[in-house]
Amino acid sequence: MNDLARTSPEHFFSDRFNVTPSLMERLLGGSLAGRVDDADIYLEYRVNEELVLEEGVVKKASRHVSQGAGVRAQAETRTGYAHTDDISLANLEEAARQARAIADRASTSGVLVVPGRGRAHDLYTLAEPPIVTALDRKLDLLRKIDAAARAADPRIAQVIASVASEEIVMLIATASGWTIGDVRPLTRLNVTVIAEENGKREIGAWGGGGRVPFDFFLEGERWTRFANEAARQAILKLRSVDAPAGTMTVVLGPGWPGILLHEAIGHGLEGDFNRKGVSAFAGRLGQKVASELVTVVDDGTIPNRRGSLNVDDEGTPTGRTVLIENGVLTAYMQDRLNARLMKMTPTGNGRRESYAHPPMPRMTNTFMLAGQDDPEEIIRSVPNGLYAVTFGGGQVDITSGKFVFSASEAYLIENGRVTAPVKGATLIGNGPDALTRVSRVGHDLALDEGVGTCGKDGQSVPVGVGLPTIRIDGMTVGGTQV
Amino acid sequence: MSAEAVRPELLTDVLSRARARGATEADGFLIEEQHFSASVRLGQVDTVKHSREQRLSLRVFAGKASAAASTSDLSRASLERVVDEATALARVTAEDPHAGLPDPAELITAVPDLELEETASGEEPTPEAKVELARRAEAAALESDPRIGNSEGAEYWDRRARYVYATSHGFARGYATTAFGLSVSPVASAGGEMQRDYWYSAVRHRAALEEPAAIGRTAARRALRRLGGRKVKTTEVPIVFDPDTAASLVRSIAGAASGPGLYRRASFLLDRLGKRIAAPSVTIVDDGLIPRALGSRPFDGEGLATRSTVLVGEGVLESYLLDSYSGRKLGLRSTHHASRDGAGVGVSTTNLILRPGPTPPEDLIRSVKSGLYVTELIGFGVNGVTGDYSRGAVGLWIENGELTYPVEEVTVAGNLLEMFGAIEGIGNDLVMRDRTVSPTLLVGRMVVAGN
Repeated sequence: MNDLARTSPEHFFSDRFNVTPSLMERLLGGSLAGRVDDADIYLEYRVNEELVLEEGVVKKASRHVSQGAGVRAQAETRTGYAHTDDISLANLEEAARQARAIADRASTSGVLVVPGRGRAHDLYTLAEPPIVTALDRKLDLLRKIDAAARAADPRIAQVIASVASEEIVMLIATASGWTIGDVRPLTRLNVTVIAEENGKREIGAWGGGGRVPFDFFLEGERWTRFANEAARQAILKLRSVDAPAGTMTVVLGPGWPGILLHEAIGHGLEGDFNRKGVSAFAGRLGQKVASELVTVVDDGTIPNRRGSLNVDDEGTPTGRTVLIENGVLTAYMQDRLNARLMKMTPTGNGRRESYAHPPMPRMTNTFMLAGQDDPEEIIRSVPNGLYAVTFGGGQVDITSGKFVFSASEAYLIENGRVTAPVKGATLIGNGPDALTRVSRVGHDLALDEGVGTCGKDGQSVPVGVGLPTIRIDGMTVGGTQV
Repeated sequence: MSAEAVRPELLTDVLSRARARGATEADGFLIEEQHFSASVRLGQVDTVKHSREQRLSLRVFAGKASAAASTSDLSRASLERVVDEATALARVTAEDPHAGLPDPAELITAVPDLELEETASGEEPTPEAKVELARRAEAAALESDPRIGNSEGAEYWDRRARYVYATSHGFARGYATTAFGLSVSPVASAGGEMQRDYWYSAVRHRAALEEPAAIGRTAARRALRRLGGRKVKTTEVPIVFDPDTAASLVRSIAGAASGPGLYRRASFLLDRLGKRIAAPSVTIVDDGLIPRALGSRPFDGEGLATRSTVLVGEGVLESYLLDSYSGRKLGLRSTHHASRDGAGVGVSTTNLILRPGPTPPEDLIRSVKSGLYVTELIGFGVNGVTGDYSRGAVGLWIENGELTYPVEEVTVAGNLLEMFGAIEGIGNDLVMRDRTVSPTLLVGRMVVAGN
């Protein structure tokens, strides 16, 4: 894939498709100017590669190319969106005509919003993007992972390891007359194992990655840790007991359990839901929504993280937005449309899955800042409860505020000590209420390994989460042991 | 989209090139689709989307090694590059004795007309007329009760698609589909509490769309009945799953019966073929040949004729769901359930149906002294390897056989095999409104976690 990303996005699209920034501006001007409040053209070229090892050999390899353009026009609350996967002048003109049709019924202002352009970040320029790394090296690593996971324990019966790499080149032109591009590498390594003992089977999985080179997996033998961790999870589950059912004190470990924040408050603080008044957090800016120990930020500017972006998918540079400060709700996450309608500032959270989707407010990397407490002391402070350290997915109903997230590695806490591992169980809570119950915050903030994908309205985007060890007093655990 | 928009020769040319590049055999799928959607919120147009998409996916074999590739760029240069990359990838993957296309003799010969495409004469409705359908559905929700004061909107959508499957042995067949949908998500509020719910209709022929006002009223009723939701005490009780949530349980069974999970030994249905996995009253079929049904397709992702398969017959696991590869891995034959996406070939169901029983759903509820009627499930707490199950639930509490107050912020937990074994009642209320459908189900006992 040597033709990718060796040039600027501007040159990439003009060389390959004959679409130049000046042509895009002319299109926006000719078709859209003066009749809409905002408009843009988004060009995208994406290559994905995946190699999968199972039963000891790499039998599956795939490579996918997708490209396209999305044209958007907005007037007041209305959005017209058209996209095509054939990037040509005729198609762009047709898309612009269709997008404009929606906005044609005369906008009130007729003035284009000019967002502060700001400077794009430079968070993930790589000497060798993962998509260009030689297949041999990737295949070799997968084979080593297979051997390591099997060597970890004789009960490991199956190993499935995969390395996925992606590169996106995007270019956006807005009706305000500027264009901005970005080249986004992304890679992820996953290890899944099945352990078997006396006819009982269990699954364990671990992985990680980010906007990093392939060598990231080799640093400090990170891959060995992933393989061992997947094996450890599966073996542990073989001897897990039924999870308890009911309300109890829950201690969440650092890192990936930050999915709590993503579900409990993150989605509820996205601008669109609040503009429409359908979020449980609507109209609550300035109010206390969490314990004063709690400060939560969404930060798209952390170098090389999975959820980071130099600019969002509307061309706004990403930022660090403090969502909750010492328990008080301080900000929503905004794209341009919702910021304009709520008379707020875009926060660089306008994201889309691809050219086939209009942007909407989405999270980047969402985490809670570290507190003062010693993590071990937090566990000792709990007479009886649940200690959950690894999670699967979660989901939220932003209107009622009810959210769930599923523990995949958890233990009972008995008399201040971590004891038996328990089977996976769903934890359920109420967003505006859950963080008011945080009574301890550890000093051990960690971000996740780089595996998160967030879904909203059928659109998936890569995200990150993070958390220090925290104690929550009174959370419902959905086990089977009454 | 007109029929001439499809270019099967594009695909056959690609397959010839793959052979010329050293592939021993190859197959491919070409999808072209056109999509329109319009959403309305509080009576105003919100978002209108138009799109035209195409994707060619290719699988090549170099002897017993294979690789997959796909592209949305159908220019000649791009297609040549895709073929070259796929054949190069196939040279680095390991040989697999089970790899390969289905036997050409087994491929479908005559493609049945399942009426999946609306070809009605008459003019395509204008975008304004389509917007109006969404507006009427939302208006009906908003007008049905003063407590419905807000809405996440209503959406109308339609899609026309054409599919062509071809192999390097010279096989090429195609079919076309249409689909139309309308959905509404109203928000009910009272005393500072807000509750959202939704309702929808999705069909192959426009005329079959449910009346917009009826969709709106159903959505409103669903949102309203959630107002005043509360937690209940942690307890073990009978659970009644409404048809939508029951369908999600059926999907979990089909997932565990799918080939890829089985040959990886990552399924709780491993080694269960021919054995009892559910109460004797449970029969689940996958029937891909129902005319005009959303899940129907004349052939699968490998060109094999679609059939009707009994997955579970009177409680016994009668069949797995297999493509050619997972069939060979398990020493079985394909059940013609290959699906095709960019990543290659997988397994998917068609119209998956849990057959109705004799009991009106009201009678199932009436038979429960104290229990939970579940209307929504959230979260991902289903372990496909063990069947362990724990999900967030919303519903209504049943007391002395009557639906009483709404319940929220609780979980229901158990194990899928135990749950299907404990099905004590099956409703007579099956409606073919989606790809996977079930009547109301009564499960004897599960743990509800709350206070």
